[in-house]
Amino acid sequence: VHPEDRKSASTGRPIAQAPLSPRYIVPLRQHIGSPAEALVRAGDRVLRGQMIGAATGRISAAVHAPTSGIVSAVEPRPIPHPSGLADLCVVIEADGHDEAMAMAPVEWQDLAPETLAERVRDLGLVGLGGAVFPSHIKLLPPPGGKIDTLILNGAECEPWITCDDLLMRERADAILQGAGVMHRLLGSPQVLVGIEDNKPEAAAAMAEAARRQDYPVEVVTVPTRYPTGGGKQLTQSLTGRETPSGGLSTDVGVQVFNVATAYGLQRALAAGEPLTSRIITVTGHVAAPQNFEVRIGTPIRDLIAMAGGELPEASGHLIGGPMMGFDLADLAAPVVKSVNCVITKNRALFPAPKPAMPCIRCGQCARACPAELQPFELYWYARAKDFGKAQAYNLFDCIECGCCSYVCPSHIPLVSYYRYAKSEIWMREQEKEASDAARERHEFHVFRLEREKQEKAEKLGKKAVDRLEDGAVAGEDPEAARKKAILEAAIARAQKAKAAQAEAGQQPKNTDDLSPAQQREVAEIEARRAKATSGGLSAPPPSPLAPHPAGERDSLPVPAGGAGTPTEEPNPVAEKT
Amino acid sequence: MIGSPFVARENNSVRITMLKVLAALVPGVIAHAWFFGPGIWVSLLVASAFALAFEALALVMRQYPLKPFLGDGSALVTAWLFALTVPTLAPWWLYATGMLFAILVAKHLYGGLGQNPFNPAMVGYAVLIISFPMAMTQWPGPIGLVAHTPDLAEAFDIVFAGAGAISPDAYTSASPLDALRTQLHAGKSLVEAMPDRHLGYLAGFDGEMVALMFLLGGLALLANRQITWHVPVAFLAGVILTAGGLQLWDPEHHIGPAFHLLSGGVMLGAFFIATDPVSGCTTPLGKLIFAGTAGFLTILIRTYGGFPDGVAFAILLMNTAAPFIDAYTQPRVFGHGGGGHMDDMKS
Repeated sequence: VHPEDRKSASTGRPIAQAPLSPRYIVPLRQHIGSPAEALVRAGDRVLRGQMIGAATGRISAAVHAPTSGIVSAVEPRPIPHPSGLADLCVVIEADGHDEAMAMAPVEWQDLAPETLAERVRDLGLVGLGGAVFPSHIKLLPPPGGKIDTLILNGAECEPWITCDDLLMRERADAILQGAGVMHRLLGSPQVLVGIEDNKPEAAAAMAEAARRQDYPVEVVTVPTRYPTGGGKQLTQSLTGRETPSGGLSTDVGVQVFNVATAYGLQRALAAGEPLTSRIITVTGHVAAPQNFEVRIGTPIRDLIAMAGGELPEASGHLIGGPMMGFDLADLAAPVVKSVNCVITKNRALFPAPKPAMPCIRCGQCARACPAELQPFELYWYARAKDFGKAQAYNLFDCIECGCCSYVCPSHIPLVSYYRYAKSEIWMREQEKEASDAARERHEFHVFRLEREKQEKAEKLGKKAVDRLEDGAVAGEDPEAARKKAILEAAIARAQKAKAAQAEAGQQPKNTDDLSPAQQREVAEIEARRAKATSGGLSAPPPSPLAPHPAGERDSLPVPAGGAGTPTEEPNPVAEKT
Repeated sequence: MIGSPFVARENNSVRITMLKVLAALVPGVIAHAWFFGPGIWVSLLVASAFALAFEALALVMRQYPLKPFLGDGSALVTAWLFALTVPTLAPWWLYATGMLFAILVAKHLYGGLGQNPFNPAMVGYAVLIISFPMAMTQWPGPIGLVAHTPDLAEAFDIVFAGAGAISPDAYTSASPLDALRTQLHAGKSLVEAMPDRHLGYLAGFDGEMVALMFLLGGLALLANRQITWHVPVAFLAGVILTAGGLQLWDPEHHIGPAFHLLSGGVMLGAFFIATDPVSGCTTPLGKLIFAGTAGFLTILIRTYGGFPDGVAFAILLMNTAAPFIDAYTQPRVFGHGGGGHMDDMKS
């Protein structure tokens, strides 16, 4: 689709350095994966570039202090997320000296790949296109796979956003030097830069810089057509290769990085500088729309003030672009690594959504859908809460780009329905896992009670026999003999039961006595489950606090993308038995 | 709170979609008025009035807001398509009955806008052709070829008070399609049965011009991306191939595709009725199957059936099959191999 691009609003001025803020709020979770673990406490003094949150686990990234100052708190604060919820943040009162840690270039050529990956992780580098996937994982060829093409994503297809545009215009050489490192680490012979043709200045600057590189890199302009900047879309547009459903572009030999990520890598390696700032477009209904190089943790309120402040009759703020962004709940929330744009709204630029009419199945959404889905069918099933059917119509291939809602003549908020359906499905899967675990626990509990009873009976029986044998010496007791007989019978029963169980080999299952049709169904469900997990999507659903993917993505999807794990319909027989 | 996207395409609504369909019908309507007299305006007006009245009644009974739904234009599209398929200058109660079944039964009893499994205008038409077959064949003849063409005032009189002083014989004539069919059914050969062609090229000059104007309007809808090529092309191909096949098989008793294309409701059906997305197919392959079969059935019903035209029944029959066809023609989704995704379909 071709939404009005509105980019010229913020391209008139160069990138400006944001002035220091008195206070920075740095969330520990700014990336996909596990949150960083705080290394500082209230009262600690930190320097610019000092690691204040350590990466935990493989899919994680470190977090650093944006300036020097005193940590005043490590506590939950509002973060820019559609939920408007708070998350754990390190609050730093800046001392104004902006004193930096000692930083040294990373001699990446001499490092083993794993060591380098660790360094990149500890420098906090994540995908800056919006998906904020930890970059170190993407820098090495996937095990057993080969990357023949590296794509730098400079498409920037969302309206209003110009941070990548300006970065490419002004810092093309650094971007391509970063890309050169990626190219060597990945061993990819081909390097392509994809730029939409509405950014001729950026394309020209990048093409010129490309000639100065010591490796072959080609700048390709692609037609301006939202959402060309989606990782899978750009991959197809530049190479003709289609990323399989639920897979990654690496499955077709392509790795995609945002241009800002390449720039971040260059700064990280050449100067040893951790990711503590990024370029952000501040635009919309503000006095002087402009791009700023902003420290991570800057309160968004300060950012809007930098652009001259909001004009009268502003009606809120968007984080990200108008197609995939979200409403900012609290201006005190800080800039995080995923924020590429802040748009101040007014009623003229962003009119209130028109009331929704019934779907007339006109099919405009299907023609607009870049995933080639049938959005009106998904809408129908999501609305009817028929989530099984929604999945059968490939709900999880939806990238939530918003094209369907954009073209819908009935003004139906289609994407909201898909988000709802996806989260319902994830929730049900979690509930099912929980109930499965509970059932197993219960079955084991019953088994254990039974076993204890048997052991007790055996022990008692043995004791009785011993005593009886003693008694036999002392003289026959008819009462004791009767008890002994009862006990022996009980032992025999218990042993028989135990033997039967051993013969069955396992706990009785409720799937044992099924009709052939039911068995087939079970087999199909198992196959589907196996397929889903082998598809690599055992990834958990994003926590509500995970950074929201706004704008273009790098090639690795947020967990929302992909095949999804099919839910099963409850087996009526299984429930009855 | 409503999530992204926060922008929407401008000048885009159900109302505008419906108004575009109405606008695309205008050339055909004007041609109709030009060649057959101004009575068509009365037909459109009366059908529209009844459609809106029944729509309002249904909305009130269902406790829906009147303004957005009455203003969405869908009842008017139904009314116009209906008025263009039933004889002009039919008595008012014919329009009332047709619209009652179209709007109240076919549309609102099934859930209203977007929910109807059958095309409402065609349901109205089908009810009338079964209930009042005589009234449904009295078409006003072309100007100059009938004794009298009623003016606007006379047209109102005829619709509301009956023909009165003017005899229906004075202004009606059998349509070329109906005349030919009757003759052929009586066992005559094509040469004997050929109706007076009213100096037309194939199906009567006047009717041909109207059909071509509907074609023009349909092409405009296509150019404006309101419809895709699949339905019209497949529908017309179904008509051409079936009629052509029958003519090859027995040329003496079957007229060729060109006559069928330009007579009766074929053009209207191909571009305006079979393209109804609510009651038709929505997948590209499904549209081809749906419309191709409808075109085939149209000729079959025209040739062997007992009704003057086959378009309405052909489309209604295919309406019943549309959900089934859609379910089995789901297009391949991005990232899913060549086999489509039906293998994933469960339950």
